[in-house]
Amino acid sequence: MAVQTTTTAGTTQAAPRRLLLEVLHDWVTTVDHKKIGLMYIGYALFFLVVAGCQALLMRIQLAVPNNHFVSPQTFDSLFTMHGTTMVFFVGMPILFGFGNYLVPLMIGARDMAFPRLNAFSFWISAFGGMLLYFSYFGASGLYGAGSAPDVGWFAYAPLTAQIFSPGHSTDYWTLAILLSGIGNIGTALNIVATTICMRCPGMKLNRMPLLVWLYLVTSCLAFVTISPLTAAQIMLMLDRYVGSHFFDTQAGGSAVLWMHFFWIFGHPEVYILVLPAFAFANEIIPVFSRKAIFGYPAMVAASVGIGFISLSVWAHHMFTVGLGPGPNTFFTLATMVIAVPTGIKIFNWLATIWGGKIHFTVAMMFATGFLFQFLIAGLTGIMLSVAPFDWQLGNSYFVVAHFHYVLVGAILFMIFSAFYYWFPKMSGRMLSERLGKWHFWIFLIGFHLTFDFMHVPGLLGMPRRIYTYEADRGWMIWNMIVSSGAVFQAVATLLFVYNMVWSYFKGPIAGPDPWDAWTLEWSTASPPPAYNFAEVPTVESRRPLWDIKHPEDPDSRYE
Amino acid sequence: MAHSFWPGLAVQISTGFSHGSTSIFAPAGTPAHSIFSLSMLVLSIVAAIFLVVAGLLLYAVVRYRHRADAANASVEPPQIYGSTQIELSWTVIPVLIVVLLFLATARIILTTQNAPKPANALDVTVIGHQFWWEYDYPKLGIVTANELHIPVSDPKHPTPTYLTMSSADTDHSFWVPRLAGKMDLIPNQINTMWIDPQAPGLYLGQCAQYCGVQHAKMLIRVYADNPPEFAAWVAHQQQPAVDDPGVAEGRAVFLHNACMSCHTIAGTAATGRFGPDLTHVASRDTIASGSVTNNPANLRAFIDNPATFKPGVLMPAMHLSQHDLDAVVAYLSTLK
Repeated sequence: MAVQTTTTAGTTQAAPRRLLLEVLHDWVTTVDHKKIGLMYIGYALFFLVVAGCQALLMRIQLAVPNNHFVSPQTFDSLFTMHGTTMVFFVGMPILFGFGNYLVPLMIGARDMAFPRLNAFSFWISAFGGMLLYFSYFGASGLYGAGSAPDVGWFAYAPLTAQIFSPGHSTDYWTLAILLSGIGNIGTALNIVATTICMRCPGMKLNRMPLLVWLYLVTSCLAFVTISPLTAAQIMLMLDRYVGSHFFDTQAGGSAVLWMHFFWIFGHPEVYILVLPAFAFANEIIPVFSRKAIFGYPAMVAASVGIGFISLSVWAHHMFTVGLGPGPNTFFTLATMVIAVPTGIKIFNWLATIWGGKIHFTVAMMFATGFLFQFLIAGLTGIMLSVAPFDWQLGNSYFVVAHFHYVLVGAILFMIFSAFYYWFPKMSGRMLSERLGKWHFWIFLIGFHLTFDFMHVPGLLGMPRRIYTYEADRGWMIWNMIVSSGAVFQAVATLLFVYNMVWSYFKGPIAGPDPWDAWTLEWSTASPPPAYNFAEVPTVESRRPLWDIKHPEDPDSRYE
Repeated sequence: MAHSFWPGLAVQISTGFSHGSTSIFAPAGTPAHSIFSLSMLVLSIVAAIFLVVAGLLLYAVVRYRHRADAANASVEPPQIYGSTQIELSWTVIPVLIVVLLFLATARIILTTQNAPKPANALDVTVIGHQFWWEYDYPKLGIVTANELHIPVSDPKHPTPTYLTMSSADTDHSFWVPRLAGKMDLIPNQINTMWIDPQAPGLYLGQCAQYCGVQHAKMLIRVYADNPPEFAAWVAHQQQPAVDDPGVAEGRAVFLHNACMSCHTIAGTAATGRFGPDLTHVASRDTIASGSVTNNPANLRAFIDNPATFKPGVLMPAMHLSQHDLDAVVAYLSTLK
């Protein structure tokens, strides 16, 4: 299967070492979807570590009441930078990175539809991240070094107005979001075009791997929802510098208008991030259960359904802004309805492992953690969709715990799973399973210490975004446990980074298909040569490699 | 199982762990009570779903794990591509649960937010400021700050308090968990909510919408007074400020410095509105929006440098001499 690799795969091993400058030049000028994907991933991992450190600092501050570890101003910029970085410069690029890498390979294409747009999108997004962090030096001029955006990651008006947010920190935030938005729209467009136009012969829409389907939905969502976010950033800049009054409440503008603009992006954004996690689960769970995915058409329908419904739920972030009983009731219903397609997904994954032979590789361990944790995150989501319950829980630590259960317990677990699964394809070497098991168990303990117990202070009345709290509220013990969990997560993440570096140089050679898997990316060499396939493959079912490995019982017979 | 476990845990959280102050599971007013009952229903349903689904997952994970020593270890398991009946059942059952949950929720939304206002309800206007609360009683002619006094509401003859809310600057949110859910205070917009504490006492809360540097110390204190005490409090607050000739010097310091630009003391030339009304400041238990006890030492430290207790507070350090500082603290301490 993988005999076409002589030229490119060979050079990495045998060719004389190139100058560092040549290597750099190669990466900076590349339009290869795999290299761009890897740059997205590397860039996101760097910011994951940065924003993780910010989280650690916050947890030290909150471990005990009336702590003076950091100043209020520092704390406010820590939570703003943590949230903004994690959503825009970790979540989006890491998921688009995997998408960039995997989508063309899985549909048997030789590159993305628009390779140069692809490179442009990456570099403009990367520049956005740099700009956000340049605010530490540039926001108030050099004399104000250390100032960074401190308006919160959803930057509610009018706190972002010149009068409440002088200096340039908010401007850096706005420009960073704007630039990353342009990059994300470019990549989203590229993935949609690639999926629609570049599929190999025989790969009809209903034979696409579910991962590709989910990337199609997530890209369409990004395409639709990042536009209002970008528009709102431009309006905010006009308010700040040209004297317009969109959000300027002192002059008759509307603070609620910003909320609508932000959350019509912000809630679908959650799905933009979680759908790729579903995408990984849809590939990894069947392979390690040794069974075809259960209910492929229902999975596709549920994904598309989630995409549409997610556009109609944004105001559940606004149950307490005084929209009135009518909108509160409507958005309660819309939000609850999304539980139905989400439930279908969980049940179909359950049915996929049911009757299988589950191989607990590290990738599958993370995927199993994902299943349990996503179940819990979904259920606390149902609690929050109940508007009156949200009047109590909204903006409390319960909400913080809920969305971290989604972002860490579901999405980050699936990202780790994806690393263990596809790292061999990307690097040609296996990640250490032994280190991986340590990584999994330590991270699991840390995750549950932190985010299970984080629900409790919310129930006890602790609001989010406070730099310290009163000693007499009974919140300390819970915060202490939450903070202790963060240490475990940090250690586990270090292990993971170490594992990647070590395995890249010393890991066992993977070969083209280490997992005995079924989709097209495993039919080419690891790492795949430039342009992926020497011969464009032809497929006859959803699992082309299954058909080859089981000629007596091919999938094509049943579809 | 689900029905006994969750309320049990809730009782533990409300009594065993909390110090009675801000738990949403220790409701003391009608809106908080109806949210509590609804939340118990929701918790029971999600707990039941969790037990069923997590149980099935756990079973599958253990039962269907790969066993290397099994006779057919290398054979692929039977491939099953789906089943319309089964998939239909796990679509329809969640739909039914959603309908049930939605109807129960819609009822509470409407009964809380569309509740008719009784004629004897007390009106209070709440204005959020960076980083303190202004409370105006328009029909009683009282303006005060940070400590909200309202009458206890007897369930048989309810005397709820209706809050009309807005903000002078950024977004804030009024949250006293034992009395009701939160409601945001948004500039250029009027929101309303109502509370009806059913037992006398002090109910704590704090701002729940990030509003700037000192969001954390924008604390809320609601005093539910028995009717006679409330009447006495109202009568007292309606008096003009105490004018004690013994502290004339401190009064002069107050009126000859920038203090008067931001604070009001009824009956004097001080009519500023940027900071809390100080007409009866000495009658309050706390200063700095509930963050420290109101005593001369704290008052002195706060006036000398407000950032001592609240870094980022908008009140500037006044740079008064030690002598003037003592005088103005003595004056403010007489404003009972």
